[in-house]
Amino acid sequence: MGKPTGFLEHVRELPRRRPVEERKRDHLEIYEEMPRDKLRTQASRCMDCGIPFCHQGCPLGNLIPDWNDLVYRDRWRDALARLHATNNFPEFTGRLCPAPCEAACVLGIGDAPVTIKQVEQSIVDHGWQQGWIVPEPAAEKTGKRVAIVGSGPAGLAAAQQLARVGHAVTVYERADRVGGLLRYGIPDFKMERMQLERRLAQLEAEGVVFRTNADVGRGIDVDVLRSESDAVLLATGASRARDLDVPGRRAGEPPLHGVHLAMEYLEQENRTIAGETIPDAHRIDARGKRVIILGGGDTGADCLGTAHRQGAREVLQFELMDRPPEARGEADPWPLWPHVFRTSAAHEEGGERIYSVLTTHLTGDRGALTHLHGAQVAWSRDARGRMAPRPVPGTEFVEDCDLLLLAMGFVGPERSPLLEALGVELDLRGNVRGDARFGTNVPGVFVAGDAHRGASLIVWAIAEGRAAARAIDAQLMGSTSLPAV
Amino acid sequence: MFHSRFSTNTFPSWELAHPYSMLAHNGEINTLRGNISWMRAREAMLASPLFRDDIEKLLPIAREGLSDSAVLDGVLELLVRGGRSLPHAMMMLIPEAWEGNPAMSQEKKAFYAYHGCMMEPWDGPAAVMFTDGRDIGAVLDRNGLRPSRYWITRDDLVVVASEVGVLDVPPEQIVKKGRLEPGRMFLVSLEEGRIVEDDELKRRLCAERPYAAWLDEHLIELDELPAGEPAPALTGDALRRTQAAFGYSAEDLKYLLAPMAETGQEALGSMGQDAALPALSAQPQSLYAYFQQLFAQVTNPPLDAIREELVTSVKTVIGPEGNLLAEEPDSCHLVTLDSPFLTAADMAKLKGLGVEDLPVRTLDMVFPAADGPAGLDPALQALFAKADHAITEGARVLVLSDRAQSAALAPIPALLAVAGLHNHLVREKKRTRVTLLVETGDAREVHHVAALVGYGASAVCPWLALESIAGLCADGELPASIDVARAQKQYLAAVKKGVVKVMSKMGISTINSYRGAQQFECVGLSRELVDRYFTHTASRLGGIGIVEVAAELLAHHRHAHATRLPGAHPALRQGGLYQWRRDGEVHLFDPDTVFKLQHATRTGQRRIFSEYTARVNEQARHATLRGLFEFRWADAPVPLEEVEPVEAIVRRFATGAMSYGSISEEAHETLAIAMNRLGGRSNSGEGGEDPARYTPLPDGTRRASAIHQVASGRFGVTSEYLVQCTELQIKMAQGAKPGEGGQLPGNKVYPWIARVRFATAGVGLISPPPHHDIYSIEDLAQLIHDLKCANPRARISVKLVAEVGVGTVAAGVAKAKSDVVLISGHDGGTGASPLTSLKHAGAPWELGLAEAQQTLVDNGLRDRIVVQVDGQLKTGRDVVVAALLGAEEYGFATAPLVVMGCVMMRVCHLDTCPVGIATQSPRLRERFTGRAEHVMNFFRFIAEEVREHLARLGFRTLDEAIGRADLLRAGDALDDVKTRSLDLAPLFARSARAGEVSPRCVTTQDHGLEDKLDLQLIDAAAPALERAERVALTYPIRNVDRTAGTMLGSEVTRRFGAAGLPDDTIDLTFHGSAGQSFGAFIPRGVTLRLEGDGNDYVGKGLSGGRIAVRPPRAATFVPEENIVIGNVVLYGATSGEAFFRGLAGERFCVRNSGAHAVVEGVGDHGCEYMTGGRVVVLGRTGRNFAAGMSGGVAFVLAGAPGSPERAAFEGRVNRELVRLGPVTDAEDRATLRALVAKHFAATDSQPAGRLLADWEAALPRFVCVIPVEYEKARERERRLRAEQAREQAAE
Repeated sequence: MGKPTGFLEHVRELPRRRPVEERKRDHLEIYEEMPRDKLRTQASRCMDCGIPFCHQGCPLGNLIPDWNDLVYRDRWRDALARLHATNNFPEFTGRLCPAPCEAACVLGIGDAPVTIKQVEQSIVDHGWQQGWIVPEPAAEKTGKRVAIVGSGPAGLAAAQQLARVGHAVTVYERADRVGGLLRYGIPDFKMERMQLERRLAQLEAEGVVFRTNADVGRGIDVDVLRSESDAVLLATGASRARDLDVPGRRAGEPPLHGVHLAMEYLEQENRTIAGETIPDAHRIDARGKRVIILGGGDTGADCLGTAHRQGAREVLQFELMDRPPEARGEADPWPLWPHVFRTSAAHEEGGERIYSVLTTHLTGDRGALTHLHGAQVAWSRDARGRMAPRPVPGTEFVEDCDLLLLAMGFVGPERSPLLEALGVELDLRGNVRGDARFGTNVPGVFVAGDAHRGASLIVWAIAEGRAAARAIDAQLMGSTSLPAV
Repeated sequence: MFHSRFSTNTFPSWELAHPYSMLAHNGEINTLRGNISWMRAREAMLASPLFRDDIEKLLPIAREGLSDSAVLDGVLELLVRGGRSLPHAMMMLIPEAWEGNPAMSQEKKAFYAYHGCMMEPWDGPAAVMFTDGRDIGAVLDRNGLRPSRYWITRDDLVVVASEVGVLDVPPEQIVKKGRLEPGRMFLVSLEEGRIVEDDELKRRLCAERPYAAWLDEHLIELDELPAGEPAPALTGDALRRTQAAFGYSAEDLKYLLAPMAETGQEALGSMGQDAALPALSAQPQSLYAYFQQLFAQVTNPPLDAIREELVTSVKTVIGPEGNLLAEEPDSCHLVTLDSPFLTAADMAKLKGLGVEDLPVRTLDMVFPAADGPAGLDPALQALFAKADHAITEGARVLVLSDRAQSAALAPIPALLAVAGLHNHLVREKKRTRVTLLVETGDAREVHHVAALVGYGASAVCPWLALESIAGLCADGELPASIDVARAQKQYLAAVKKGVVKVMSKMGISTINSYRGAQQFECVGLSRELVDRYFTHTASRLGGIGIVEVAAELLAHHRHAHATRLPGAHPALRQGGLYQWRRDGEVHLFDPDTVFKLQHATRTGQRRIFSEYTARVNEQARHATLRGLFEFRWADAPVPLEEVEPVEAIVRRFATGAMSYGSISEEAHETLAIAMNRLGGRSNSGEGGEDPARYTPLPDGTRRASAIHQVASGRFGVTSEYLVQCTELQIKMAQGAKPGEGGQLPGNKVYPWIARVRFATAGVGLISPPPHHDIYSIEDLAQLIHDLKCANPRARISVKLVAEVGVGTVAAGVAKAKSDVVLISGHDGGTGASPLTSLKHAGAPWELGLAEAQQTLVDNGLRDRIVVQVDGQLKTGRDVVVAALLGAEEYGFATAPLVVMGCVMMRVCHLDTCPVGIATQSPRLRERFTGRAEHVMNFFRFIAEEVREHLARLGFRTLDEAIGRADLLRAGDALDDVKTRSLDLAPLFARSARAGEVSPRCVTTQDHGLEDKLDLQLIDAAAPALERAERVALTYPIRNVDRTAGTMLGSEVTRRFGAAGLPDDTIDLTFHGSAGQSFGAFIPRGVTLRLEGDGNDYVGKGLSGGRIAVRPPRAATFVPEENIVIGNVVLYGATSGEAFFRGLAGERFCVRNSGAHAVVEGVGDHGCEYMTGGRVVVLGRTGRNFAAGMSGGVAFVLAGAPGSPERAAFEGRVNRELVRLGPVTDAEDRATLRALVAKHFAATDSQPAGRLLADWEAALPRFVCVIPVEYEKARERERRLRAEQAREQAAE
């Protein structure tokens, strides 16, 4: 029950970030460790609400008041158990989740919310340090085989849940290494790779078999896979990025050098940090360059931090939307996710954010990008009543640009031979259509994560993986003791 | 001997007329159900040479369907004809409170202890008159909750009556005026021609047989038994699995068990109960959840187990009963327990009972899980057969145990086994041959244990709860300073306290009479199941049968023993009853509905409001009875614009009673402003109101509550408070805790709250469970009359809580002349309430409202009383359902709080409300963002929805809809597995008289104010009322002149405000016996002198006026030895002075918060719950003096220090909150002397005169009784004042 008056006695406090100049020189996480006593003080701010809106705000339904209380009472091991009860990978979410729980925190109504995400991360980090997190293999095997396609957070969560109740789980990953976006999408300064490695080791020890360079639908026959498995789970993500459709980047035009999708850029950097060597011809390097990032979201910020670490001369980040307000407006009252101006660690390191701008075309010199042409936009309702941007006459501008990174979001699963060969139905947005039990129209084939709901948060991916695991277990065995999320 | 009855039960008939063959009885027998069962059970054992075989012809002694008085009469007659004397038999039936009385003789205790082995007490409230033609007498129950006065004349006439003044006896003829005291007997022997005093009578009876020696020889203390071998405790995974098997949730451990083990008390909760009704819940329920505790309201009072503990007892005996008609030594050959709630070690001792003639047999309460749900019923039949066999073989104690449960064996619900076996054995007339003990893993809450005892268990060992507490200790969930043994002991202590409270709510004082009394009703169990296992329990809507019960318990068992788990052991269910959880129980207020409601009302968006109501109504399909209803829409709807406007509808809305104190000034005023603007009503709650609010703000904003509540604590109930409102509401019960008083934890009693409540800052305030002026329906009629006199312009409302029988009570309320009756659901909110009460007492309002409407119409009473309903109303649909079921006004509480920003933190009792509503902390109050406009939006939106429903129903006004229950029907939601067996027809039934009697209020009550004495007084006092001139007059008075002076006082307050007039401006002297409530609520400037005697409630709510009562000058008896006023004098007085030349009855100055009084002796419970004022007692005090006294000072003339009288007095004081000492404080000394001098001046008191003659010698004989916290606060205040004075002087 925590400390009823904790929130009156203590103010919100987060661990310090390492100095900008220091962290720009390395690829390590940017936060300093917070002393555990301070953490307990922070956890004591939790009010143990009659309606914990945080618990609702969290797609995983994390039992936030429960583990806050346990941390306050210095019962870290029990807190870890409670945390793992709803979340297979709190070390990932504790670093990568934007924390809708904190937006929904009741204390946030008239005060600063509890540092939920920090408490979460600290519980699990401490658990690893203490050696409390060990493989939990199933006591008995069911003899059922489940194939999971894709090794991002949704696939991994489902794999762990299913393996722990005794199924033989094989995860197929088309890349050379396991982890999906966790490995190749997230910069190290947000989450160091060892976090992924030790979790994968746990999964392997629990019996999960990983097959890399295994591109189902290309290298591996879909029908064979289906016939060898009692269930197939598609957890292939929504990796199709939104591209820029302006002169200079149109299909059919010769591509300009120096224009890249954010994921190409981030993946390459992640591989480099992991020790791979990228041939110079393919190397995307921001060193000494004037970089523009299109897109003001998290991926854009990841590009920003990466570009600075590579030694970019100057970085601009363009956003089509207006600059968000500093505080919640009437449109997004508590406990909704507030559309407000946020400054991430990457923003703290430099760069300039420019809002309400539209790219009209790109120009280059000898096949290489030199300029971005754009204009200011104004947002107004179109004929169908939807908000739409319109260029404001007379505001056209030109920016010098050596490297343009496109971080404008994702539009859905890739159109792959896998989906076609399986014959799964897609929904109107191009995602794989799944029913309430995560089943597709193809018997025995299930779907979870971004492939199912479109690009979303990592917590949603884990939640979907867990829920799909329950559905699969129930279908295979007739009953299940796996939790709904 | 005769008795004139009020006939609450609405249909008077000759069978109900008193006296019966041997007695007349004023009151109720709360324990009747159990008493009848036990009498039926012991019939087989009855044997007497006086009856021989003829005894068969007498059976059944206790017949079903008779009144409580008739059944009692039958048993009394059996005992007397069976050879016992009349007083002896009465002592068996209605024993004194003997267990906790250190002053009682050993012989008398032995008498009661011995007879306690043969029969449970018949628990009152009861004043019983009895006669066999040779003796005639009267006895009061142990609580003394019915008044009984007697007087004796020179010519040997003895009159005993519930009032003085019923016969005109010249004062000079009287030699003695007395009253019956709790538990005491008054007997006139016609043969001996004398009065036999209680002491003499009982000494004689107790000496007739060597009861003490019999007890010594036969009765065995638990401690004397050899230790047994308890089963090894479960730990770790095995413990967790077993918890899961018994359906434990994480909440059970954290919010129920841990606090009980840590503090020895049940945890408090707050806000309403908006979770799904167990009968509708999709989550598997424990069987206990279908049972709701009954509670006392109006016809009998709940008891006060907190402050009047001395009358309660949990002492229990284990073993068979003997022959009721014989006095045999070995009838007490039993084991005695101080408490029936046992540790594993205690249980092991009893299981190993090696005593001769008390063989114990343990029967396993388990069945093979593989048999599935169909296996439970046969398993129970087999269990009963085993029990029968064991009894035949000579077993005298049966232990029902589910310890044998395992992965293969599922536990049988203990309640089903115990109640089923109990009723089986009653039917077979074998019940008294064995004692039933229960050793179960499923009972963990107070409610569970109470239900087991209520259905027949003599003792309970909740073994898994105890082992879970050991687990909590091991986990570090409890403070390290508490070891396992202590934690378990504290848990059992909390269980004991909780069960005593559950009993008290029903007005039952001893566990022996609670056992088997079946004080529950069911919601959601089939009648077949109930008739068979819970015989005679009400289950009005039917519901699931034994197979479905089994399916629910097997769901837990299956979950617990699942083999493939993602972790080491099965996760406990979240629960989600006390706090919302995503995969827990459904709550009508969840993150989504709270958000939508707030967003809609803040931004004025009807569209979002519709989303809110749509979701609430949808959720309600799985949560409330009304959620199951559907409307029969009209074939021809009415155009919406023809329906009466929003403005007309919002006038019918009220906000719920929430005290200033439980909620902040900002929240309280926001509600009042909103309702005043709408023309609806806000309700002050029971915490008084700051008088500054009676003056509108410069812009015309009115901040005062339209409804002022009068509850048992009477906080801030002054003459002005009563005058400054348009409705006065008597809170008989509250949905969150029916049968209990409100409580405001000390951390919320800030100085400004203490000021309004006339209490001490920082000291918690508990309202007494009963109104001490309402022990019966007649008393309620009296209070209604008192309040009507205190404000003739206000309508009077009585708030009840739904339970089976509330219809009869509502009819009684209508007969008692209330203008409004409010039926509250069990689910209403609270600032602080024990969790047991919050969840398990009372019934849904749909049941209560339907019953009330039907009964009122049946009895032709509906036309004169407005029916209001409240209890988690949230949508326009809710309002329309309520209208169709018969309500014309509607109360809302939780929803308006949510509108003002409440997010259902459920921490109201902690003073940490983060949105500034349920807090007094100035820092948190700054966070309050609620606005009257938002609240008004809410009510207008609701009214809009009501209009839309009316249009579709084909009505233009709400009036047309009222009572049209025929337009409701059971909806599709009944297709659910769980709900398909419910029968909602009783809710939709209309009275046979529906056509001829108005279904709504169309006339007014006749309050009988036209011929009141006060009208003369007001006329005569015109010079004072108009010009503040002095008036002095004399009148005769009789006991039918009730509430004398109150209307006059009301007039004074109306004209002169709270300040009243200068003292004694209106000075009236009366001769005779005054009716009840003499001088109630009189303000400053009114002085009432009475030469004669007063009845109960003299000076009730005294509000600045003065009262003096003395015997007639012609009387020759010694006044200080005779009674001059009745019980509950100066109840809730807030200021003024009173002087009484003679003795007072029970509960003198209860809840006094400011009056100064002098009296020459008082009965039990003097100065109870006092929070202010000064009381001087110049004579003897009864037991339990100063119980719950948290403010004010009492000075008691108790004899010289060291004298035996002084020591005796000190033994009678309840020392929990007060300290005793000499009167040393200078201000106290001055006050005391001044009061004694005033008393002398007002009454010519000889004792006062003698004291004043030698004051220095008198002073040391006084004891100062002062609450410790009050004394500290007084010192603080004095220091502060001294500092201020110094500062001023310095300036």
